[in-house]
Amino acid sequence: MSMREKIKQAAARYPDQRSAIMPALLIAQKEHGHLPGPVLEEVADILGVERIWVYELATFYTLFHTEPVGMFHLQLCDNVSCMLCGSEALLKHLETALGINKGETTPDRLFTLSTVECLGACEMAPVMQVGDDYHGNLDNGRIDALLAALRREAGQATGADLAAAVPPGE
Amino acid sequence: MFEPVLLRNVDVPDGHLLSTYEAGGGYKALAKVLREHTPDEVVELVKQSNLRGRGGAGFPTGMKWGFVPKRADKPKYLCCNADEGEPGTFKDRIIMERDPHQLIEGLAVSAYAIGAETAYVYVRGEYVAAIRRLEQAIAEAHEKGYLGENILGSDFKFAVHIHCGAGAYICGEETAMLESLEGKRAQPRLKPPFPAVAGLYASPTVINNVETLACVPHIVMRGAHWFRAIGPDKSPGPKLYCISGQVRKPGLYELPMGIPLRELVENHAGGPLPGRRIKAVIPGGVSAPLIPESGLEVGMDFDSLAAVGSMLGSAGVIVIDDSTCMVKVATRIVEFFHHESCGKCTPCREGLNWAVKVLRRIEAGEGAPGDLEQLERLCKGIFGNTFCALGDGAAMGLRAALEHFRYEFVAHIEERRCPFH
Repeated sequence: MSMREKIKQAAARYPDQRSAIMPALLIAQKEHGHLPGPVLEEVADILGVERIWVYELATFYTLFHTEPVGMFHLQLCDNVSCMLCGSEALLKHLETALGINKGETTPDRLFTLSTVECLGACEMAPVMQVGDDYHGNLDNGRIDALLAALRREAGQATGADLAAAVPPGE
Repeated sequence: MFEPVLLRNVDVPDGHLLSTYEAGGGYKALAKVLREHTPDEVVELVKQSNLRGRGGAGFPTGMKWGFVPKRADKPKYLCCNADEGEPGTFKDRIIMERDPHQLIEGLAVSAYAIGAETAYVYVRGEYVAAIRRLEQAIAEAHEKGYLGENILGSDFKFAVHIHCGAGAYICGEETAMLESLEGKRAQPRLKPPFPAVAGLYASPTVINNVETLACVPHIVMRGAHWFRAIGPDKSPGPKLYCISGQVRKPGLYELPMGIPLRELVENHAGGPLPGRRIKAVIPGGVSAPLIPESGLEVGMDFDSLAAVGSMLGSAGVIVIDDSTCMVKVATRIVEFFHHESCGKCTPCREGLNWAVKVLRRIEAGEGAPGDLEQLERLCKGIFGNTFCALGDGAAMGLRAALEHFRYEFVAHIEERRCPFH
């Protein structure tokens, strides 16, 4: 199903097309990896809504990325429960292991490292979200194993997957 | 002996499947109300049970339903608040992931009671596993005739749609959630009008938390008297407590409302980590003012916690031990609210930014005389002066830390360092 069809299908759930902007942006981001201006405009055109409404949402909600992120977005929770269980030390470990600071992407565009507010999985703190998956009860050893597994996964990924992680023009 | 009902399926293999839910008596409550009760009788039953909303505010659910006009020109909506962004809270995620039919049946019974034909479940976008399980459960329920047209041979029709959030804590505030559902930035609305009269698309709307809705089928099957017999009369029923932080057995526990906080933390959650002692506990997510160790005898219910200056909130219990710097905890809490402020109200937007700067300076050993008084002035300027409770939550949390652990803040300023580093 094309992105347009997926968005149209999601929009059918609402009596007002404006309500479909958020689901449409999630679909578009899944398709494009992030949400550059032309994609936002395409979403507005598909739904027939004001472009400014789409821009407003894309810049308000933290799950929308108007800038590119790496193939794997490592989102470490550092809110209170995770902080009490050692997320601060884990962040330092991740920064050293990846050679980047939080908020940055590795030069090979494989990993983006972020800290996020509560992921709602405090029973397995400290916790990190990678793509759709949660990884909990983390320690340095588990982080190292996870990074190795992700690197292996990238090695097995197709050239198209890797190209998708590189923003146009770079 | 207390018998858990809300969590009875969560550790069962395939607890998320319709067959498991039906085997445990699932969807019998829906069949019962459609066969035996008028919508008004269901509202009355929930009123009699004295079920209070499990999202944080503790408003009586039956009363909220009763505010919906009987006759309306517009369709009525039911919204399920599954945004669950309160740090320390994860109960709704576990219900959705492991027993989603319990929520769907709760939605169907509640929608019948208020006269809604459409529900939106607003789930935070991070909860991908929960969203998949809910999607699967909705499809199963639809196929079996628990959703759709002419449900179980009646003239009741009902559809459930999932709406994914995109990472904004403020969406847990009910009017901000409605704005977000309408495709706008999630900023709270001025009340009145209340959502029951003019909510989603200006139609009568009820917004209930996942746990609240999950209670409803049990009340139908077991009766209001059963519910009221559990815990204190003014806030009865089974309750989900989320326990995290520096404690031996973090996890989700179902116990009666009103259980003493000390019993919850020390007996059920195993107490502090080896060699440590408890310093403080946040009883209801970071919006709830912390309670020092000496206050842990308090009952975990809306009124008992309010009486000691805290609140049950989302029942996200965070345990803090004596290895932890309270200035750091207070800073992290205020940083969270600052990050999540929607920016609508100046006291919250600007006041929290200012408070974070002062707190970070104190924690770094660069605090100045007068900083604590400045923080107190900021709390006073924020509390009660904003559209929604986000600013209040930050101010209450900071005030409690300043009140109970002032000596730690003073030590940071006087010694010009963090005594814990």
